Amino acid sequence: MNEVLTSDRPKARAGEAASAKKVVTLDETVVEIISDSGEGAQRCGQSLGAIAAKSGNGVWTVEIIPAEIQPPARSVAGASGNRIRIGSHRITNGGDEADLVVAFNEQVLLGRVRAGELKPGCIILLESMWRTNRNAAIAESYVSTHDQLVKAGYRVYEVPLELECRKLVKDPRKGKNMFVLGMLCSIYSLDLELGREQIAIAFGKKDHKVIESNTALLEAGFAWAEANLDLKYEIPGVPVTAPRMVMNGNTALALGVLASGMDICAMYPITPATSASHYLSDCFEKVGGIVHQAEDEISACAFAVGASYASKCTVTITSGPGLSLKQEAIGLAVMAEIPLVVINVQRGGPSTGQPTKPEQGDLFAAMFGSHGDAPKIIMATSTIEDCFYSVITARKLAETFNMVVVILSDANLATAQQPFPRPTFSEDWLAPPLDQAPVPAGARPYDWDPVTGLKRRFIPGQPGGMYTLTGLAHDRDSHVAYDPAVNEESHRSRSLKLAAFQRTLKPPAVFGDTEGDLLVVGWGSTKGAIEEAVTRLRAEGRKVGSIHLQFIQPMASGIKEIMQRYKKVMTVENNWSDDPKDEIINEDNRRYGQLAFILRSRFLIDIDCWTEDRARPIKPGTIVAALRAKLAQ
Amino acid sequence: MTLEATDCLVKLYEEHHNLEDYQGGVPRWCTGCGDSGILTAVQRLCRDNDLAPERTVFVSGIGCSSRLPHYMKTYGFHGIHGRALPVAEGIKLARPDLDVFVSTGDGDCCSIGAAHWIHAIRYNMNMVVMLHDNHVYGLTKKQASPTSPLGFKSNTTPRGSTLLPLNPLTVTLGVQNVSFVAQAVDWIPELLYEILAAAYKHKGLSFVRILQRCPQYLPKMFDPWLQDPQKSLILTHDRGVRPSAGLAKIYRNQQEHDPSDINRAREIASLEDPIPVGILYQNPDVPRYEELRNAGQLRTADYIKAGLEAEFDKFTIWPDGHDAPAA
Repeated sequence: MNEVLTSDRPKARAGEAASAKKVVTLDETVVEIISDSGEGAQRCGQSLGAIAAKSGNGVWTVEIIPAEIQPPARSVAGASGNRIRIGSHRITNGGDEADLVVAFNEQVLLGRVRAGELKPGCIILLESMWRTNRNAAIAESYVSTHDQLVKAGYRVYEVPLELECRKLVKDPRKGKNMFVLGMLCSIYSLDLELGREQIAIAFGKKDHKVIESNTALLEAGFAWAEANLDLKYEIPGVPVTAPRMVMNGNTALALGVLASGMDICAMYPITPATSASHYLSDCFEKVGGIVHQAEDEISACAFAVGASYASKCTVTITSGPGLSLKQEAIGLAVMAEIPLVVINVQRGGPSTGQPTKPEQGDLFAAMFGSHGDAPKIIMATSTIEDCFYSVITARKLAETFNMVVVILSDANLATAQQPFPRPTFSEDWLAPPLDQAPVPAGARPYDWDPVTGLKRRFIPGQPGGMYTLTGLAHDRDSHVAYDPAVNEESHRSRSLKLAAFQRTLKPPAVFGDTEGDLLVVGWGSTKGAIEEAVTRLRAEGRKVGSIHLQFIQPMASGIKEIMQRYKKVMTVENNWSDDPKDEIINEDNRRYGQLAFILRSRFLIDIDCWTEDRARPIKPGTIVAALRAKLAQ
Repeated sequence: MTLEATDCLVKLYEEHHNLEDYQGGVPRWCTGCGDSGILTAVQRLCRDNDLAPERTVFVSGIGCSSRLPHYMKTYGFHGIHGRALPVAEGIKLARPDLDVFVSTGDGDCCSIGAAHWIHAIRYNMNMVVMLHDNHVYGLTKKQASPTSPLGFKSNTTPRGSTLLPLNPLTVTLGVQNVSFVAQAVDWIPELLYEILAAAYKHKGLSFVRILQRCPQYLPKMFDPWLQDPQKSLILTHDRGVRPSAGLAKIYRNQQEHDPSDINRAREIASLEDPIPVGILYQNPDVPRYEELRNAGQLRTADYIKAGLEAEFDKFTIWPDGHDAPAA
């Protein structure tokens, strides 16, 4: 907690500063704030995003998270912070390289430079205290890095963050972030009052003194930038006319669980899914819901299956390794036709992989993970808003078809923030009350409809419905059956349900040109980047379109017809595929991206793929280059 | 609603259940299998407590023991190997109004499902857990289990098993939140029934280990105890069980044991010869997870809507650019 040492506060507000700086109007910009873990760059970035969103700007924020909780200070791999892309229009992804970076030390900055995250000539605001560090090695490292960056053409501004903050607080390590926020409000001409409001929200639960001291730092940062920097930009926002919400994908997933009317979420902690359960734990019980933290992933899934069997559909939330562990219980739910929603927030794999980083690597695991033929519905979320509505849809589908529905999100959506229209509550979102009426005489627990495969679910408590559910092959009475015809009939019925649902799906909407040279097919969190790339290429006169698949299993009709309207079709995915240019790779051994693999087998079209597996969100500019190369082939 | 006296009688008659009301499929266990004795005791328990078959769920994992739900005429859940307890917990948390019983074997509970066993004791949800312990994997045809005796020659231990058997009683009694531990044997049906009846009445997780004969793969395992009643130590107490006069004449090795004494319970649990039969430990005051979590709340649409809108408010940007709705 910081103590205010001075009351000498500047009263600067946007527009009030008597600055003669030239204001440059931008269509959009990408800002990064990076520090050691625990220095508050995350909070600074999120606050900047919220202020911009409130100013009517389009916003997308990306968390920069080291895998360790407390990586060593001043380390290249330890960069923690936030990327904020702010625009005059709707922003759907984290964008390309950064235009401006605030760095709390030169080492974390080097991490970003080496990862190629900075635009050539990028503005760098660098904490200057290291220049005079008593440790000669540190001072030397700072000076040489600084000189190197200047030489490389970056516009480096040395900022005495520590020195300035020390005028106000004893421990600037816990306060610099708000000083930086103030600076950024000045640089981007954002209303300082919104900054003050944001501090009140962020520290609302704490001592009033904390709010005061952080507000003082914010104002000091603003005043310092006004007085000392020649940077002044403006990114005009569009006035907000209807209520919007700003949150990350995991929060949206959790709110989706709340809105779906499900009663229970069974989970086990795993990154990056857990923050959804954190938030759900906080808000769910206020409305009578329960988050059960099980002893392991297997138990969490079996628990959810048990709860679904006896009551409403239940949800389990996990990430890659957890999905692997749940597979046997998922297979049981498929076999016994128990509704179940599985949310998988994908991360880098295989094995422990990159727990905090995005990858679209679990599509096969979700589709084919259980042994035997285990048909389930697979859907992918592509925006923050989509995360919310997907859960409501999934619960409905699970209960209508007595099926497992897997929702694939990823680490990109999990931590990214984006505004979307505030939903209007509908009672239709909620699960209906439990059916406890007597089961009609003669009805059987697996009376499969010969056309759709559908059957009615009996719920404990229903008189006359008593049966023993089993994961063994079973007949219409749920009796264990080894009869070949019964085995075939039950397989057929479980499979037909997918077709029955598929008949209700509409073809995906085409973005961009509805026919032409190249169709891009995507799924999940890459939607924004793909569509931005398509837009840029069309602006160059290229005939390019894209479709984004919400349902990957089953897949809507009409996709093949869409593909046939283009000369080339290619998926863009954030997962592994072999590069055809590699020395020993050829058409006989090339492994394709997971969606491409599925599309090729389904449609018998020579669909190519371009994938990147660098455990970070794919940049629209990178996609543009890949599409250009494909068009040139 | 008021009912005429005769209607009440008719209703009572209708809601009264006979043994047949709990009898499902014809058991496919081997002749002489101890599971049959457990099934009989359980069906009698249901009848004597007049459990509504539609509000009773028998949950199991995989193994010979886990076929039990198929032979009941209640709701049943024959799931996957080792996971009977998490499934049962999910059922109970979602529906605290249902009576839940779990049948699990020594492989199902003490090996593949061991993690769930420990944690089920911690959760202490109100259910009866029957550990059908025959010291061997039967369904997969004679492999050593965690409770197999040292030196047991099985298909996976042809030169004899090398590890000492695990003692499910001491393990269970070592877990925080344990609230009911008993041991029964399939060859003393009277006490098996009495112990299961006490387990059913206990509010919390009642863990009953039932030593059970496997005539197929370990036919002589329990012969010494069958031949010599002195090798069984019958635990008696007013808050436990007492053998009938007839049974007491045969099983004379009795000891008065207060089930609230956990230290003595742990000593008794460690006995190898004689083996204890009766209630080792009971504490009715251990909190139950479903109650701690307020399971089974009524959730109306209005209730959920109010909570959801309050959460939405936290993230909403209103058209005037501020955080609270313009009042």
